[in-house]
Amino acid sequence: MKVLTDYFRSLFLLELLKGLQLTGRYLFAKKFTIQYPEERAPLSPRFRGLHAQRRYENGEERCIACKLCEATCPALAITIEAEPREDGSRRTTRYEIDLFKCIFCGYCEESCPVDAIVESHVYEYCFENKGENIMTKEKLLANGDKHEAQIAKDLEAQAPYR
Amino acid sequence: MSEEKTITIEVDGQTLEAKPGALLIDVTDAAGIDIPRFCYHNKLSVAASCRMCLVEVEKVPKPIPACATQVTDGMKVQTRSPVALAAQKGTMEFLLINHPLDCPICDQGGECELQDVAMGYGSDVSRFVEGKRVVPQTDVGPLIATDMTRCIHCTRCVRFGDEIAGMRELGATGRGEHMTIGTYIAHSVDSELSGNVIDLCPVGALTSKPFRYRARAWELTRRDGVAPHDSVGSNIQIHVRRNRVMRVHPRENEAVNEVWISDRDRFSYEGLYSDDRLTRPLIKKNGAWAEASWEDALEAAARGLRSVAAADADQIGTLVSPTATLEELYLAQKITRGLGSANIDHRLRQSDFRSEGPAFPWLGQSIAELEKVDAALLIGSNVRKDQPLLAHRLRKASLKGAEVHFVNPLGLDLHFDANQVVSDLAGMVHNLAGIAKAAGGSKVLAGRVSVSDEHKAIAKKLKSAGSATILLGNLAQSHPDYSILYGLASSIAESTGAALGILPAAANTIGAALAGAVPKYGAGARPAEKTGLNARTMLESPRKGYLLLGLEPGLDCANPALAKQALAGAECVVALTAYRSPSLEETADVMLPIGAFAETSGTFVNAEGAWQGFGGAVAPLGEARPGWKVLRVLGNLMDLKGFDYLSSEEVRDELQQACAGARPENDLDNTTDGEIQASAGKLMRIGEVPIYAADALVRRAAALQETKDARDAAVARANATVAGKAGVGDGDTVAVVQGGQRAKLVLRVDARVPDGCVWVAAGVPGSESLGDQFGEISLEKV
Repeated sequence: MKVLTDYFRSLFLLELLKGLQLTGRYLFAKKFTIQYPEERAPLSPRFRGLHAQRRYENGEERCIACKLCEATCPALAITIEAEPREDGSRRTTRYEIDLFKCIFCGYCEESCPVDAIVESHVYEYCFENKGENIMTKEKLLANGDKHEAQIAKDLEAQAPYR
Repeated sequence: MSEEKTITIEVDGQTLEAKPGALLIDVTDAAGIDIPRFCYHNKLSVAASCRMCLVEVEKVPKPIPACATQVTDGMKVQTRSPVALAAQKGTMEFLLINHPLDCPICDQGGECELQDVAMGYGSDVSRFVEGKRVVPQTDVGPLIATDMTRCIHCTRCVRFGDEIAGMRELGATGRGEHMTIGTYIAHSVDSELSGNVIDLCPVGALTSKPFRYRARAWELTRRDGVAPHDSVGSNIQIHVRRNRVMRVHPRENEAVNEVWISDRDRFSYEGLYSDDRLTRPLIKKNGAWAEASWEDALEAAARGLRSVAAADADQIGTLVSPTATLEELYLAQKITRGLGSANIDHRLRQSDFRSEGPAFPWLGQSIAELEKVDAALLIGSNVRKDQPLLAHRLRKASLKGAEVHFVNPLGLDLHFDANQVVSDLAGMVHNLAGIAKAAGGSKVLAGRVSVSDEHKAIAKKLKSAGSATILLGNLAQSHPDYSILYGLASSIAESTGAALGILPAAANTIGAALAGAVPKYGAGARPAEKTGLNARTMLESPRKGYLLLGLEPGLDCANPALAKQALAGAECVVALTAYRSPSLEETADVMLPIGAFAETSGTFVNAEGAWQGFGGAVAPLGEARPGWKVLRVLGNLMDLKGFDYLSSEEVRDELQQACAGARPENDLDNTTDGEIQASAGKLMRIGEVPIYAADALVRRAAALQETKDARDAAVARANATVAGKAGVGDGDTVAVVQGGQRAKLVLRVDARVPDGCVWVAAGVPGSESLGDQFGEISLEKV
């Protein structure tokens, strides 16, 4: 009996048709593919992309060189040097993140008491030369200035959960 | 009195033995039971003001402070009972009411007692919603940064000033919430021990200014070290981050520095990173300095010294700084003696060598014994500035009732009661001779001296005291009649039974004597085969080749003008130095960079003769190398035998063997009865070395150079009579002239300087061109 059913199955290409049935379903279903870079996937407010440093509305940098991010960084990617600025406030003279070391865990962002270091939505970047992997303070602040609107929106969205 | 009775108490169910009358907190500390506290400190008096150490004691209705409670037999204490915990939590909540939550920008963050105790004993949420108190900022000087808003009024700093530093500089004003700690009258905190309040402050109200915002406690690696500035040899902890010394803290050692260190030891690390650090070997070519490789520089140094030695070994002279390590000093003398010369000396500031001095001098007692003396006679010593922690011991003795007398060429500001006999340089000798004659022993100058009542009283006190000491300080050691002073001191000691001691000037003065860095004695303070020239004669009859270790000729020698002249005329001057000192640039031919303090391993021998070893905390800056390694290779290149050491410990062990059996001894067989060199009728210079000009490192410590002590050193001082004679007044610019050399200084009229003397500091910028530290001088109106 089994021999008979197997014979007819293979004669009428039943399995092939079964497979084509699935293919056919997807052919007419809604498409998942997006046309990067013309199209982009949506990002969560918690997305952890390239780092940025923020400023207050009056233009003053937020970072106070408390060094908690440096202490909490599991990859030891952050290097900070600090000293009193001319006005006597506590500021960094060097704030560097080595992107080769960074594992984008977001602990720096979580530990920051003044929301200075954040991870932005920027994920499209590459390094062409040696040394470009180091995010200096200038680069971080520039990134922050550029994306402040988005960053502020994300932080607000997360605020109830922090 | 010596009842060894103990009583038994019970703490948290644990039975403890205690001496009757002991404080409960001391007993629990010894047993390792933790009671939180802020105001209590075992070196200070009990204030019992913070109420953090409240514990429950059976049969006592309310919780009581453990720091102000004496133990009684059968006492039952609960430190973690609900009542005790509730009391501690309540106290913590009150303390945090006015404490700002600025831990992220506070330097104390991470090592804060308030943070720790709040974590352990406090509540998790604050119920306080009202406004917090804010205290205006005050500036108390270049060493201590203040944030008085953070103050919790434990008053440790106030009690420290009162009880330890002996200067009531900080005090509490106002009451309750309005209480603030500050200087009474707006001025800076100037005590030479002021830095200790930084350690005492349990919060971030008092922090280190040079260290401000530069690093966090958790980033620092702690390495043990020994302080390099005075002969106490304070035990310190060097805090290092990324191969850089970030700050210095004290390390507890009851026998040496207790828990304190002087500001000089605490803040001098800044000098390590001064702009004129020598980081590459330099060779002078046609009068211009050129950087060279180590190979070339060492080869040039060895060739130069060897060619001088080949012609006449006696033409080699070696001057070593007594701040160098024992290993460096030993190798320097080994090279010198290996070349066939015996001209080596570390007594750069001594000018009277008529008697050679003891082979192995020392304090004459242990440092801890100093606080137990009943009477002390200090000769030519500004002990408070020169050896701050020995002065602290003497202060303790004085507070217990000891009589302290000074025979000095200038009046001192002291922090304890003392009798000061002030006179000019020749008068000092006469005063001491008077005391010696009154004591009944001395033949020195006996015929030519009159005994005053004061002399008799001092001699009587020294005789009658249970334990008395006579100490020769830095000023005496540079005095033109040091031999006579020494002889008189030892005869007073002999006839009164007092212990004779020397207050060594530098960290390793005693070590230098042991290492054989003196012309008459070799390693282990044994008589050398050949006696050479001392530091003075080596410059008076110039040599052709000099080896200099760690000194700046313009600032470290008794007579800078003479030193520079002798060095400039030499064929070959090899300097091992950490700094590109201007006087070396003028005179040296090869400069080899060596590691400074904290950059080399080594040993210091302190005033009481204790050997204290330390490892290097950081690698030397740039291409500099530890001094012992440089000397070892220099020895190899000159084909000297026995220079195959692989570590500084090997050098030390070899010296230790040579020192077996060496006993410190200050007594001399032969006392000198020479002529007094200090001329009585002429104007003489008092060339004191100010506290922050003692050695190359501290001279470059920026914050210390801004202190009042350092600023006060950059002037000439004379009393109104002397100033009047020269026709100048307070604040006028004068020219001080010594041997044709002039220096322009501002004159301050200062009644502490005796007649016939002008105080012009040595070792400070501007003094390089002058002559003898204690020589004739004249004042000219500009």
